[in-house]
Amino acid sequence: MREFDYRRADDVSGAVALLDADPDARYLGGGTNLVDLMKSGVERPARLVDVRALPLDRIEPAGDGGLRVGATVTNSDLAAHPVIRRDYPALAQAVLAGASGQLRNMATVGGNLLQRTRCGYFTDVTKPCNKRVPGSGCPAVEGEHHNHAVLGASGHCVAVHPSDMGVALTAFDAVVSYETADGPGQSPLADFYLPVGDTPHRETVLPPGALITHVTLPPAPVAARSRYRKVRERASYAFAIGSVAAALDVGGGVVRESRLAFGAVASRPWRARAAERVLNGAPATAEYFAAAADAELAAARPLPDNGYKVTLMRNLVVAVLSELAEEAAR
Amino acid sequence: MAPPTSSSVTLNINGEKHPLSVDHRTTLLDALRERLDLTGTKKGCDQGQCGACTVLVDGRRTVSCLQLAVASDGREITTVEGLADGDRLHPVQQAFLDLDGFQCGYCTPGQICSAVAVIEEHAAGWPSAVTGDVRPEAGPPPLTPEEIRERMSGNLCRCSAYVQIVEAVARAAAEHRGETERAVA
Repeated sequence: MREFDYRRADDVSGAVALLDADPDARYLGGGTNLVDLMKSGVERPARLVDVRALPLDRIEPAGDGGLRVGATVTNSDLAAHPVIRRDYPALAQAVLAGASGQLRNMATVGGNLLQRTRCGYFTDVTKPCNKRVPGSGCPAVEGEHHNHAVLGASGHCVAVHPSDMGVALTAFDAVVSYETADGPGQSPLADFYLPVGDTPHRETVLPPGALITHVTLPPAPVAARSRYRKVRERASYAFAIGSVAAALDVGGGVVRESRLAFGAVASRPWRARAAERVLNGAPATAEYFAAAADAELAAARPLPDNGYKVTLMRNLVVAVLSELAEEAAR
Repeated sequence: MAPPTSSSVTLNINGEKHPLSVDHRTTLLDALRERLDLTGTKKGCDQGQCGACTVLVDGRRTVSCLQLAVASDGREITTVEGLADGDRLHPVQQAFLDLDGFQCGYCTPGQICSAVAVIEEHAAGWPSAVTGDVRPEAGPPPLTPEEIRERMSGNLCRCSAYVQIVEAVARAAAEHRGETERAVA
C-alpha cells in the first residue's frame, strides 16, 4: 500500500478544505470498500480525510414530512431506525440484505452510494479495465460477465453498481446533498450516476472534492407498503445477481401508485419508470405485473452469459408486486 | 516538507490505554497482533469477508482488518481477551466450550465477539434480513436458529461447526434474557 497522510475532520467545511479537491485525496467513511481497494492497489490515495467524526450521523425530519439522513449514519443505524422501518420498510430491508453485521456497523450512507463495482476485472490491477485505467479495454464483455449489466451498459464497461441501499433510495426519489469549496449542491439520486457511454471512469455528478452531507427522502405514503427482494448465489452475505425495490398502492383492485427500482442489472440503481407507467392505473394482477416488467426489460441487452437476468428480473417483479397486491387486499 | 505518514495514537483496548506510533497503513488488526501481542484476534482473509478479525469498537462489532489503527484513536476496543470477568468466562465463551462451537478454533474469537454483539443487537430490537416484518409495531423477532444464522453470516467457519455455533449463541442469548429479566424485576 502507498504511504498516505491522514487527517480527521471536525466539521464539513474543514473536511472539504482538507481534501482541497485534490484528485489524490479521498474521504474515509467506514472504509469497508476504500481500505480494501487500497490493499489491492486499485486506490492509491496520498491523503485520507476521515469524516466519521463529522456531525452528520443523525436521521431527522426534513420539514416537509420526509426524512433527512446524514451521510455518516451507519447502515446498521439506518436499518434499525423506527421511522425508516415504518415509513420506508423496503429501505430497511435493502440495507439488511447487504453485507454482514460487522460491515453494516462500519459502512456509512455516503460511502454506500460511492462504493465501487465488485467486477473482478476492476478489482484486479493486473487486468485491463476502462473504469480503472481509461482506454485499457473491458475484458468482461467477452470474459467473465455472468453477474454483469443487462441495462444501460456500453461496450466500454458492463459492470454493475453493487448497492442494495441505493436501489430502495432510488425507488423513493431520494435526493443527494453535498458540499464543495464553492458552496452546497444537490442531485436527485436518479440523476446522480452518469451514463456509462465511453467514460465509465466518470461515475457521478459530484464536482471534484465534493463531500456528500446527507440524503433526503421525500414524503411518500406509498413507501409504507414496500418491499425489497434480493436474489444471490447463497442465502446470505453476498452481492445481488438481481434485486427489486417495489412499492404499491392498490385501491379497488387497481394500481393507484407504484415505485419500482432494480439492482445488480446496471451501472447504477435502475429506476424502472417504463414499468411504473404500465402499472399506474392498471389492474393489480400478475398479467399486468408481467407486462410492466416486460416494458422495462425491452431495453435489456444481455451478454452471452447473463441472459438469465432478464428472466430473473421479470419473475422477481411479478413475485414482489403480487405479494404487495395480496397484502393490500387483506 | 512531505506530509506525515505516521501518527501517535492512543488505543483503548479492554480498558487499558496503549500509546502507540502507527504507520497510517496499519490496520487495527495488525496493531493488535503485531504491536500489542493481542493475538487472540485472528487474521483470516484480510479483506473483510471472513469475520475472523471481529472485535467490538465502541460496543459495535467491527472487522478490524478494514479498520485503520489511526482511525481507532480514542475509541473503546474490546477483543476476545477482554470478554471474561477474571477467571469467569463470558457466557458466550462458556456456551461455545460447553456445546463444542468450534473444531480448529481459528475463527472462534471472531465468532464469539460477533455473537456477543448479535445478542446485544437483538436485545435492542434490531431486525435482520430474515425478519418477516421489519415495521417496529411488529415487535422484535424471536431469536430463532434462522435469525441466528443470518445474523452470524459474517463469520465463516471452514470446519463447519455451524450447527453447534447456532446452539451456543441461542443458549447464551437465553441466559442474557434471563439476566436482563432478573435485573428488571
